[in-house]
Amino acid sequence: MTEPVDFLVIGAGAAGGVVAKELAVAGFSVVVLEQGPYLREKDYSHDEIKYAFQPGLTNDPKVQPVTYRKSDAEPARLVKAIEYGRQVGGGSVHFTANYWRFHESDFRERSLFGAVHGADLQDWPITYADLEPYYTKAEYDLGISGLAGANPFEGPRSKPYPLPPMPAKSSGVLFERAAKKLGLHPFPAPVAILSQPYRGRGACVNCGFCESFGCEMRAKSSTLVSVIPVAEKTGRCEVRSGCYVRKIEANDAGRVTGAVYFDAGRREIFQRAKAVFVCANGVETPKLLLLSKSKRFPAGLANSSGLVGTHLMWDNGVEVMGLFEHPLNEYKGIQDTRLIHDYYRSDPRRGFYGGGGIDARFDYYPISFALHGLPPETPRWGSEFKRTFETYFTHTMTLLSHTSSLAVPSNTITLDPDVKDAWGLPAPRVTYDYHPDDCATMKWLIPRQIEILETAGARKTWVQPYAVADNMPSRHLMGTCRMGNDPAVSVVDAHSRTHDVPNLFLVDGSNFVTAARQQPTATIQALAYRAADFAIRAAKRGELG
Amino acid sequence: MAAWPEIMAAQANGHFETLDTETAAEVEALAALIIPSTDGSGAREAGVIYAIDRALATFASDEREAYRAGMAQVQAKRTELFPGSASIRALSGAQQMALMQAIETTEFFELLRTHTVLGFLGNPSYGGNRDKVGWRQIGFEDRMIWEPPFGYYDAEAAKGAK
Repeated sequence: MTEPVDFLVIGAGAAGGVVAKELAVAGFSVVVLEQGPYLREKDYSHDEIKYAFQPGLTNDPKVQPVTYRKSDAEPARLVKAIEYGRQVGGGSVHFTANYWRFHESDFRERSLFGAVHGADLQDWPITYADLEPYYTKAEYDLGISGLAGANPFEGPRSKPYPLPPMPAKSSGVLFERAAKKLGLHPFPAPVAILSQPYRGRGACVNCGFCESFGCEMRAKSSTLVSVIPVAEKTGRCEVRSGCYVRKIEANDAGRVTGAVYFDAGRREIFQRAKAVFVCANGVETPKLLLLSKSKRFPAGLANSSGLVGTHLMWDNGVEVMGLFEHPLNEYKGIQDTRLIHDYYRSDPRRGFYGGGGIDARFDYYPISFALHGLPPETPRWGSEFKRTFETYFTHTMTLLSHTSSLAVPSNTITLDPDVKDAWGLPAPRVTYDYHPDDCATMKWLIPRQIEILETAGARKTWVQPYAVADNMPSRHLMGTCRMGNDPAVSVVDAHSRTHDVPNLFLVDGSNFVTAARQQPTATIQALAYRAADFAIRAAKRGELG
Repeated sequence: MAAWPEIMAAQANGHFETLDTETAAEVEALAALIIPSTDGSGAREAGVIYAIDRALATFASDEREAYRAGMAQVQAKRTELFPGSASIRALSGAQQMALMQAIETTEFFELLRTHTVLGFLGNPSYGGNRDKVGWRQIGFEDRMIWEPPFGYYDAEAAKGAK
C-alpha cells in the first residue's frame, strides 16, 4: 500500500518524538503513526472548559472507553482510570513539565532495600551511570531549565542544565524559606520550560497555563516543538496523525514486518518497515502487543514471558493546601518552582518501602479551584461557598508529594472481553489496587507537608482526598513491559529491545522496573535516546534487516 | 461554538437554545442559590443560565435528559415541602434554602453545581462570566504575559535581595 521504510514508530509522544528524530537524523527513513491530531500552538488557548473539563488533549472515553476493577474478583466498570496525551507530542504537550532525573538509588532499590512482600521490587538492568549521558542529551536537545548541583541528592551529572531555573513564585519563596528553617534542602524545580530563548524558541512569558494545556508560546519543551520539527526537516520522517494502529504484523521467522492501522478516514492501511518502535505509553503499548496475536505469538507479540501488561505502576501523591495572609497570585507563572528530595529515599526504619519528593505549586485554575480546591468543610453552595472560593483563590498554594508506586504483578492492563472502542478494538481493562506501602508513604508525608506549610506561616492547611479514596485517573503509566536481562521475567532487554523479536523495540513508561518518585518523563526520554542510539548501531551492522 | 456576537444577541433577547423560558428561569433560581449575589456579582449577573443553555446545546448535550429529570425531581420536592407553591423563584428566601438542603446530596445538584461554576468562572465565550465578573470576583486576570514578581512574598524576597 505504502512505501516500505526503515523504521516505523508508533506513538509521537515524549519517547516517539525523540526516537523519530534520532533515527531520521542518522539517515534512516521513518514513518510515525499517531492516534491523535496534529495540533499547533495556534490551536491551544487558555480555555479551562475545553482543556480541563473535556478531553481536549487526552484520550476521550466516549470513543475510547477504559474499564477498571480493583481486582479480578470484581467486574470491571467503565471508568476513565487512566489518562494519556493524545496528539502529536503526546503527554509532553500538556504535562506540567517537571523534569526530574532518577536518583542512582532508583536503579537498585531491590539491592538497597530488599524484597517487599506483595510486590515484585527488582533492580534495573542498567545503572544511573548508563543513562546519565542520555539524560544530558535530552536536557540539551529538548531545552530544560534548572540549577545543577542544587539538589544534593541527585547523582553526578556530566553537564549543567542548558538553561537557568525559572523565577521563584510566592509559593517557591515561602517553601524555600520554611524548608531551610527545618534543615531541608530546597532547590529550583527542573522543568521542560524555557527560561531563556533557546534554539529558535522564545522564553516562557509566565501565562500560567501549563498543566493540562498546550503552550501557546512554544516555550514548553514538548517533542512537538523541539525534536519533531528537526525530524521532519531531514525530509526522511513523515508524521501521520489520526492514525490508530490495530496490529503489528510478524512473519514466520519471528520478526515484525510493519503494522496495520486505521487512517483518519478509518481505512485500513499496512505500513511495512524493517524495524518497529512502539512508544504508545504504558497502557497503549501492552494493549497493542496483546492485540497483535499470531500463530507464532499466540499470547500476544513479545509475550513469551506472559508479563506484557503486568506490573502497572501508578501516579501517586497527595496535595496539602495552605492559605496565606497576603496574595500569592499563584495562577501566574509556571505551576511549581521549588522542591525537596529530602524524603525521597526508602528508609527501612520507617517500616515500609517508599518515599517522595515534595514541591510547592498551584495547579488549579478558576473553575477547578472552586469545585475541587477548597477545604473539605466548606459549604458546597451559598454565600459562604462563594466567599471562600473568591477570597482563597489568590491566597492559596499547594505542597504536592510525588510518591513511590510498587510494581505488583496483579496490577495489569488486559483486553476487556466485552467493551469495544469506536474502531471495534477491545478497551484496555485496568486492574489496579494500591500496595499498602504506597498508601503508608503518602500518609507518612502528610504531616511533613503540613509542617512546612505551618513553618511558612500558613493560616490554615487542608489535605485533599487521595489514593485511598480512589484518586483517578493515573496519568503516569509505567511498568507494563518491564526491562530486564532475563527473558523469563522481563519483556525488553537493557536497550528496550524485546527479548522475543530482534527488530521490535518498546520505549516509553512501560519499560520501567520501578517508578521512582512519580516523575517519569526525563527517564522515558533518556531511555528513548539510549534505545535509538542502540538501534542505529544495530541497523548499521545490518541486524535489523 | 457560536461567535460572541451571536451569544450576546441571544442574551439580549433572552433567547435560549435548549431550555424553555420557564425552565431557564427555574434553573437560574437554583444557580443563584449556589453562587448568590452576596458580596458582589453572582450567578445571575454573570449570565450563568446562558452558559448552561449553551453547554446543553453543545459539549454537554448528553446531559439534557439529566436536566429534565433533575428539574422534575426538584419541582416534586418543592411541592412536597411547600404544597401550593407556584415555582422555585416564587419561594421565600428561607424556603429556597430549605429546598436546596433537601436536594444537595443528589446527582443533579452535583451537575448543576459544576455547570454553575463553569458558567461563572469559565471563558466568557461560553456565554457566562459576563464582562468577566466571575474572574474579577476571585482576582483572576486572563493574560498572556506576566512579569515577576507575581505575589506579595516573591515581591518581598526580591526587595530583600536588593
